[in-house]
Order: sequence, then C-alpha cells, then structure tokens
Amino acid sequence: MTHCKFIYCNFLTLLALVLSGCDSNEALSLSKESIIYCSEGAPESFNPQTVTSGTTIDATANQLYNRLIEFNPTDNSIVPAIAKSWHVTRDGKMVTFYLRKDIKFHQTAYFTPTRELNADDVLFSFNRMLDIEHQYHHISGAKYPFFQNAQLVDLIDSIEKINEHTIRFRLTHSDSSFLANIGSNSAVILSKEYADNLAEDGAMANIDMLPIGTGPFKFKRYKSGAFIRYETHASYWRGPSQLKQLVFDITPRDTNRLTKLLAGECDIIAYPIAHEKIRQHPNLTIESVTSFNVGYLGFNTSKAPFNDPLVRKALSYAINKQAILETVYTGQAEIANGLIPNSSWAYDESIESQEYSISKARELLIEAGYPDGFSMDLWAMPVQRAYNPDAITMAKLIQADLQKIDINVEIVSDYEWSTFLRKITEGEHQSVLLGWSADNPDPDNFFSNMLSCTSAITGSNRTFWCNEEFDQLLQSALQTSNINNRKAYYSKALKLINEEVPLIPIAHSKRYEARSMNINGTVLRSIGGIDFNGVTKN
Amino acid sequence: MLIFTLRRFNLFFFTMLLLTILSFSLSFLFPGEQLVNLTGQINASPEQLAALAKEYQQQSGLLTQYFSYVSHLFHGDMGYSMTSHLPILTEISTRLPATIELTCVALLVAMFVGIPIGFVAAIYHRKAPDNFILAIAMVGYSIPVFWLGILAILVFSIQLGWLPSAGQISLVFEIKYVTGLQLVDILLSDSPYKWQAFQDATRHLILPVIVVALAPATIFMRLARTAMLEVLDTHYIKAAKAKGLTFSQIIYRHAMRNAVIKVIRDVGLQFANLITIAMVTEVIFSWPGIGRWLIESIYQRDYTAIQGGLIVLSSFIFIVHIIIDFVYAALNPLAREPNNGT
Repeated sequence: MTHCKFIYCNFLTLLALVLSGCDSNEALSLSKESIIYCSEGAPESFNPQTVTSGTTIDATANQLYNRLIEFNPTDNSIVPAIAKSWHVTRDGKMVTFYLRKDIKFHQTAYFTPTRELNADDVLFSFNRMLDIEHQYHHISGAKYPFFQNAQLVDLIDSIEKINEHTIRFRLTHSDSSFLANIGSNSAVILSKEYADNLAEDGAMANIDMLPIGTGPFKFKRYKSGAFIRYETHASYWRGPSQLKQLVFDITPRDTNRLTKLLAGECDIIAYPIAHEKIRQHPNLTIESVTSFNVGYLGFNTSKAPFNDPLVRKALSYAINKQAILETVYTGQAEIANGLIPNSSWAYDESIESQEYSISKARELLIEAGYPDGFSMDLWAMPVQRAYNPDAITMAKLIQADLQKIDINVEIVSDYEWSTFLRKITEGEHQSVLLGWSADNPDPDNFFSNMLSCTSAITGSNRTFWCNEEFDQLLQSALQTSNINNRKAYYSKALKLINEEVPLIPIAHSKRYEARSMNINGTVLRSIGGIDFNGVTKN
Repeated sequence: MLIFTLRRFNLFFFTMLLLTILSFSLSFLFPGEQLVNLTGQINASPEQLAALAKEYQQQSGLLTQYFSYVSHLFHGDMGYSMTSHLPILTEISTRLPATIELTCVALLVAMFVGIPIGFVAAIYHRKAPDNFILAIAMVGYSIPVFWLGILAILVFSIQLGWLPSAGQISLVFEIKYVTGLQLVDILLSDSPYKWQAFQDATRHLILPVIVVALAPATIFMRLARTAMLEVLDTHYIKAAKAKGLTFSQIIYRHAMRNAVIKVIRDVGLQFANLITIAMVTEVIFSWPGIGRWLIESIYQRDYTAIQGGLIVLSSFIFIVHIIIDFVYAALNPLAREPNNGT
C-alpha cells in the first residue's frame, strides 16, 4: 500500500514540477530570445528575385538579404543600405553606387564565406536576372517577374565594376523611378562566392533553397510546409539582432493563428481576425500599416456614356465610399482621396476628398444630358485581393447608390479570374471594380501602370483613358530627379485625374499584425511586407 | 506457448494478406491510372512509366502483379506521395513515432486512471461512489471527441492560457531527430535547454492525451469494475474472507492482480478505438502524427498515401494486439491453453 502511494506521490511531484517550471534563469532565456511569427503560408523559394508572392517576400527579403538601397519605413524615402552612397549624373543615365566595406555574408553549416561583400556580388546578383546567357539565369526556371514587369532589362544598358567597392549602372534613358526599382525587394544581393562554390559542386539550384545573404538572420532549417528557423547573423553590419532565433510557424488557417496567439504559442501573427477580441485582451495588441495599394471603380472611357467626363464625375459624387469602407473592408482601410496613399511622398494634401452628394450627381447628370439616367454594366472581380476583399458586395452597394440617381446597374462577375481579366483587357466592360498593389514606393508605379497611354495599349490601363497632358506630366516627372519638381508634376497629375475621373479611387486597404505586448519594434512595412530587424522581446 | 505463438503468427499472416489485397485493389478502385495510384509518380515521363510498369509486372496476370506489389512493400517501397513527392516510407516514419507517443501515453493514462477508479466502484458496489463513477463513465464515453478537443482548447488554451493548443513542442526548441519519440529525443539530446524543452513537450502532451484517454479510461473503469466484481464473487476470495483476512488485505493481495489480468486482455481491443480517437485528436491539436497526415491525404486525394497509411496503421494496431495478447498470456498461464486461444 505504501509502495503504491509512493509511486503516485512521485508522479504527482513530477507533474507539478513540469507544470510549474523549476528552471534556472539561464534556460528561460531561450524563449525570451526567440520570436515565433505565425505566417499564413509557405514560401515558394528563399530568393525574392524569383517570385513576387507576398508570403515569400515576407519570409525572405528583409530577413535574409539586403539591397543596395532601401526605403525608410516611416516616409518611404530612399536610404543607404549596402551602398553607402550613390551618384546620378546630370543626364540621369549613369548611376554609381559606392558600397560599404564591412558587410559580411552568412556563415552557415553549408557555406563559410572567405571574403566580405564586394562589387562582384552586386554584379553577379544583377547579371543573373538581366543576362539570359548567365549560367545562373535559367536556374529556377528563368523567371524574374519583378525585373521583367519593371522592364529593367530594357532600361539597364550595362553594369560595370569600377573597383572592388564601386559599381556603375549605365541606363539607356533617364528614369527617376530607377532607384526605387533598385531598392525593391527583388533586387537583393547574393554571394558570388557561394554561387561559384555551388557551381563547382554541381548544386546550383541550392542558391535559391539554401540561401546565403547579408541580412540580419541566417537560414537554419526549413521543414516543408511546417516551419522555417532562422538564426541571428552575429556579424550583421548594422549590429546583430538581440534575438537568438526567429521562427516562422506556418499556420494557414486564420482561426488557428488566433488560437496560437491567445495560447501564447505565437508572438506575432499575420493577417489576424477578430480585431475587437484582440484589442480587448490585456496582453495583446494590433499593429497596422496602410499598404501601397488602391481599390478603384474604373470606367471604360472608350464607350458611351463614359466617354463623357461629366457622367464620370456625376457617378463619383453618387458613390458613398464611407459605407463601402465599413461594409467591404470592415473599417480596415482608408478612404482613397486620390490614386496614391498618404504614406507616399507624392501624396498631395491639398486634394480634397470627393464629397458624397446625390444632388450634385443629379445636376451633373442633367447637364450631361441624362436626366432620366441610363443602364450600365459593372464588372466585379470574382476573387479576393488585399485592395478589394469583396468586389461583389462592393458592386451591390454601388448598384444601390446609383439607383438613387436612376442609373440601373447590372453586375457581371460570373467569369473565371483569367477570363475576366482577358475580357476587361479587350474592353468588353463599361465599368469595372479592380485595384493595384505597388511593387515599390515610387508614385510612378501607380500612375504609369494604371493610366498612361502606353499602358492603355499594353493592357494594364483598364480605363483606356489616354490624355496627352497627363502623359506629358508623367514623362517630365520621370526625367527629373529633383523630388520637389516631381512632387509638383504628380500633384498636377492627381488634379487632372480628379477632374477627368477615368476612375474613382475607393480605398487603400490596411495590413494588420497582432502580437503580444512584450514584443517591441515595428514589423510591418507599407512596402515589402515585414522586417524583424530591431524587434525585441522582454 | 509454442502453439499459442504459432496461432498468433498465423493470424498475423492472414490478416496482413487480406490487408495487402485490399490495399492493392484500392489502386484499381481509385480514379485514375492504376500504376500511378500504386507508385504515386504523377509527373512521370512515358519512359519512366514504362520502366515502372515493368518493375511492377504490369504485363503479367493479376497474381504476379500482386506479388510484385507485396515484394515492393517488403523492401519498404510504398511509392511516392502524390502531394509532397517524398517516399511514403519517409513520410510515415517521420510521423508514426508522434502517434505512438500520443497513443501510448494516453493508453497508460487511461489504464492508470481508469482501472483504479473501476476497482473503487466495484468495492463500493451499488453504493453512492459506484453510482457516481458509473455516471461519470457514461458521460465520458458519450462525449464526442472533436467536441471535447475543441472545448479543451477553448477553456485551457484560449480562456485560461495555461496550455498550448497545437503541435508537439514549441518551435523555439530544436530537438535532433533520433527516435522520433519527442520525449525520448529530448532526453537523448545534449541541448543546454533540455529540461525546459522536456517541460514544454509535456505541456503540449497534456491536452491531447486527456482527450484521447477519456473514452478508453471510462471503458477501463467499467471493465475493471466488472472484473473486480467477478473476482470478489469467486471461491478463493470467499475462502480468504473465511480465513479472517481484512478487506484491504483481500483486495491488495488477492483480488487486484487477478482483476487486472482480466482487464489487460481487453486493452488490445481498446487500442483500435484509441487510434481512431487519436486521429481526430491529431487534427484538432495539429499533432504531427500519422492520423493527421492520413486525414489530410484523404482531403488531397493522395491515393498512394492513403494506401500506405492504411497498411501501416492497421499493422500497427494489429501488432499491438498481438503484443498485448502475449503479455496477457505471460501473466495468465490459462490463456496459453489451446482451447482458450482465439
């Protein structure tokens, strides 16, 4: 009997010890020095050069790598990174970068660097993307989507190494968005020495799967679809992170992420749900940032009645953006006054928000010659996007709004996404609900892609609006590198859009992250996802 | 004992035969190409397919095809997963230990909690404690496992924040894979955070183990109660009473051991039930075991994985059955008699 009791007592004591935690302080430090980030999906690759998916960019770009230049997280201005300074010639055709001399690559179980970063690495990283003859170009299927979309292959004439720490880009023409493109997430710098080693071993594909970069964290392990483990890069040139490790716990279901946050298994979670519940919790908080995107209602300006600016303007008065914001975005967005969000340097405060006024809309409609209204179709995208989480509901709200000025709206949304886009590109629509997410903070990324005459031909301008004055403004803005001049040009362009209304910007959606209170530092970036450098735990 | 052993092996052989026939025929019954279902090579080129067809004797009769399939199984080749493109054997061998760990701990907990409570119920036969225990057992057995799991997470993870809701161990810890049994691996590792990791893994085990153990524990309670009542009704207990032994002496020295042996016999039968519960629990608690993997494979129509998982899981249950039979036989010589064998 006593023997039996003894076993039970021992068992209970052990259980109590396990539950209470009788650890030394030293052991406790591991979870204090680690951050577990519960992400929404698995990365496709560990090299942001080869993909544009947000999930992959989040997991790799800022954690593993650095670019020549970066964007300041607060005002999105360009700041030095690997390049400590740069010089653009007066004609804008030659850009010279002066590299820092103290940048060390990751030392991991699979690679030990023998030298620090130099011009060869920069040359290698860009040539890999630009030169189709390059031995690494076709590794990973020769797709460098960002570089191809930004047409950098046409813009960059040649890249030359001046000396070990100086590199010069020769451009075919002046383009002031060049620096912004070089600072984008896809323009990361890889190690040439590592690439050479891999080529020698015949394991070239490893360059994208077993990454070596210069960023604050280095790759430790990836368990497919389950987690990624990063360690601190102890000789990071900006000073090592205070964390020991950073773990991405891949948790695709949003309810699971929330549960893990509440149970303390995740320190930070991506795309949280139940914001109210999180805000009410004493130990949790929500961080948000307005992303560089815009959801809009575009008119096909090549078709009647939307070839008349008065009609377009009338509709812009009739749409209740506030109601859309609350219903479609559940308040998780900002009303769009113009094409670009207010975190962009080209945002112009003087441009007022379009007011909601049925009477003004009616006046304009009468002036345009439609006193009894008309019928139109409205194409609503059949998929969810950050810039428009529910286009069909948005279309229904707009339908009800326009009913008030006697316009009958028929909603078209039963096409599959690629067919939908093709038909829109062919101009079958009268009006459409779409959006745009920027790749870099340069305002040109919004203007040229969405509304220029060239884009009306290539297809990314769904309004087919082509205005010479507008195009001239964009050209002038690109040809100067003086930011104040550019700002003035873009301000004029924004005003022109407000007068002509080829599209009605509706909202800039926000991105959210929920975290426990003991995590300090900002993680979210309006461009380029997330960045754990400087994040601490106490 | 020899005959007993032979009987068990005979049974094992025929069950495995049936299982492999079932699994083999599944590759015909699933939609799509039979050879692809069998090997999981969905992106194979025509040349590779021809080579595979030769390897699996596709030109010969069904019997030869079947034998070729079985010989592949014997070599540990269960084909490749259609979703992850990894060998099924690798997939299973990394996940099975997690399931073994969960089910074994749950089984032990169910036994160590259920059997003594059942004895208590028998000792207080038809009195308040007995009724109370029977009521609890009924409730415990009737609660659907998915509901219990979600409830446990809601209360202990979300509301109280005491215990983790998912996984085997916090990802903070990096434990080297040796046996796959997390607790064993932690003890084997030379990490400076060993004790902390052990504690964390135990915390992760608690909720799933309780959820898995509840239903079998209630069954053990009832089995133990019945067994004890039977034993207490036997002549040797009456003789012991007549000898003037105290009640506790009778229970501890004579009744308990004999009652436990009767219960052990049914532990094997409960094991299949336990695995079913564990599969659902693994999904709820994101436990990285074979049950969760198998359910995901069904969702993703990964036919090769379903076949492989089926074979391995059923053999696992069967092997545990046989082991428990042997334990029972070792404890109870009467069971080794041919007329008592099943």
